[in-house]
Amino acid sequence: MTSGTEPADDAFRAEMRAWLEANCPPSMRTPHLPGQEVWGGRRRTFPSDDARLWFERCVERGFTAPAWPREYGGAGLTREQARILDAEMRAMGCRSPLISFGIWMLAPVLFEFATEEQRAEHLPPIARGEIRWCQGYSEPGSGSDLASLSTRAVRHGDHYVVDGAKVWTSHADHADWMFCLVRTDPDAPKHDGISFILLDMATPGVSTRPIQLISGSSPFCETRFDNVRVPARNLVGREGGGWQIAKKLLEHERSIISVMRDRAPEEAETLPAMLKRVGEPALRDRVIQAELDFLCNRLTLERTAEAAKAGKGPGAASSMFKLYGTELNKRRKELRVELQGYQGLGWEGAGFEPSELQITREWLRSRASSIEGGTSEIQLNIIAKRVLGLPD
Amino acid sequence: MRRFELTPEQEELQRAARTFVEKRVPTAHLRALRDAKDPSHVSRAVWREMAALGWAGIAVDEKHGGAGLGLVELGLVMEELGRTLAPTPLLATSVIGAAALAEGAEAARAHLPALARGERLVALAFEEERRFAPYACKTTARHAPHGAGWILDGEKTFVLDGPSADLLIVVARTAGAPGDRDGLTLFVVDRALAGLTVEPLAMVDSRGAARVRLASVAVPSADILGDAGKGADLLDRLLARATAALAAEMLGAADAVFRTTIEYLKTRHQFGVPIGSFQGLKHRAAHLFCELELTRSVVRAALVAVERAAPDADALVSAAKARASDTFTRAAAEALQMHGGIGVTDDLDVGFYYKRAKVAELTFGSAAYHRDRFGRLHGY
Repeated sequence: MTSGTEPADDAFRAEMRAWLEANCPPSMRTPHLPGQEVWGGRRRTFPSDDARLWFERCVERGFTAPAWPREYGGAGLTREQARILDAEMRAMGCRSPLISFGIWMLAPVLFEFATEEQRAEHLPPIARGEIRWCQGYSEPGSGSDLASLSTRAVRHGDHYVVDGAKVWTSHADHADWMFCLVRTDPDAPKHDGISFILLDMATPGVSTRPIQLISGSSPFCETRFDNVRVPARNLVGREGGGWQIAKKLLEHERSIISVMRDRAPEEAETLPAMLKRVGEPALRDRVIQAELDFLCNRLTLERTAEAAKAGKGPGAASSMFKLYGTELNKRRKELRVELQGYQGLGWEGAGFEPSELQITREWLRSRASSIEGGTSEIQLNIIAKRVLGLPD
Repeated sequence: MRRFELTPEQEELQRAARTFVEKRVPTAHLRALRDAKDPSHVSRAVWREMAALGWAGIAVDEKHGGAGLGLVELGLVMEELGRTLAPTPLLATSVIGAAALAEGAEAARAHLPALARGERLVALAFEEERRFAPYACKTTARHAPHGAGWILDGEKTFVLDGPSADLLIVVARTAGAPGDRDGLTLFVVDRALAGLTVEPLAMVDSRGAARVRLASVAVPSADILGDAGKGADLLDRLLARATAALAAEMLGAADAVFRTTIEYLKTRHQFGVPIGSFQGLKHRAAHLFCELELTRSVVRAALVAVERAAPDADALVSAAKARASDTFTRAAAEALQMHGGIGVTDDLDVGFYYKRAKVAELTFGSAAYHRDRFGRLHGY
């Protein structure tokens, strides 16, 4: 089934299919298991030789960032071509060659707000998977009220001195650089005193500590800055213009959380299959409801993608998908644990299958999904204000 | 394959339907028919105007005077009609009736040109139980003792648009026992036939429905639809169309009552501020917005799947009906609550939406029925 109507599109599709056929190792056409993602970075590791090979071949073609111009490490594809490549990769079940906050979150705002020097310096290493980025937004005292952040950056000649702390910095302990919101003017109204800076995590004074979640995993860190010197040329946009950039980036982050979920590791067993295995009729209606909602959510993602292709913007759709997707995901994980019965209550060790423990850990992990990247309540505020136009 | 974006022609149709509905059948139209206690519950004059716009025969083939369009187009018009709860014969006559007659022999298809001109109204008489049970049919059809034809005996209930119908599509049993899928046969029955009585039912949503009694009604053999005893396949196809189209109407109604509510939240002041500034209401409105978006997707997917006879059409129809029922009910209930005291008075239209939501939910299977069916279709 193809939607390509232009002969040029069909030719391109055939070319991509042939390239993938020749270059994507068969083991990279299987759903990835948790922990098998390739994140890149100075200390990059690969779960297998095939994963490295797949990564390197994609980097060489610019397929880690297909729609970027070639001079920045992309493949220079048009939007339509990039969509075709993506569709072909999905059809073949290809894994993402590189999971990258740099590509998905930082790059769009660099393209929009950064200087040519900054783009030339940062975009190619992102596309090549050489530098791994993390996000420095939330602080111990600034969660949903992000604009109240208090990490200070004081200008001293050709550099800033940064002091403060960030939390919920995803994978900061593995990251090479951080894009970071800092307060450059404490006297300005709170949204106007914020700037967006890029910071090398190897700079003296930066320390990172993983935070252990209720699931036992540590995807987030606390990062402290103690007299950290950041070159002034690492300011993106104008001083005091960081909030605009931050908001833009959050929109990208929300759509990414939907994409990530779409490409999440395959569930070993579907909810209906679990229901049939354990035979718990009392849970049937909830399983059906969860399956139905999953279907409706998937159809809505598809509808939005079609609209985007027709040139209609997503609007506040990213907030809706963030809200609905994470709330639904929580419900589905909860149901999985419930279907497991007592075997769903184990923490570790003998007596529990690894697959059972994984379901339990994922259930606990899912509770954070409706908090990170803007809580469900914040998404509801955004929808009420921007879509429905309800007054403050 | 694209399934959500509309073609320019479909967008044009949607605009035309929206304009017509706003101008000719606002909610005041339903209110006026109700207050007039008109037992037919539809306006023939309005229907003739809709026929002139090509909508009565929208899915009738061009050879029989129709526009030759499909269920997606019918769904678009249904959605617009839903916005004002417009009581028109579109569902009974154009979605169900036209499709049923098109499957018949010459005598049945001969009704199509008049149907497309808006001069012949049709209703499907299949329900006999207290709730949706398409195969529970006890009405019998036996061969006439002398000569050709059939004799029908039985009683049908909740016949949508029955009071105004000129023709009834009657489901009768020619073999088997109530509950059997086999042995059902569909007949085209002229309302004027001896032994047939139509008793209008006054429904809570002020729409037309009837109880139909058949006492030895003699139906000519030419008026059978399809093969005797094999009617369940046709009935299933008709119900799939009808259910998807009804879900589209429910989507339109839910969207309209939601928009009305949002406007009210912006204009109604209490404690010196618009009540829409209260987070307790804002968040409920935002949740409802998401539900509507999800409903929109699944309703469109169901219409397209039925039209294309896709393998997942049945599951999508059930998903759409379950979701549309829940969303419409919630939108209407929230509308009542958020409008406060005025919302529960008959002066406002929101009550019409709330009542319609309940009737629409139970029509062609409730949300619970369709959730169960969705599971069964997926093998669990």
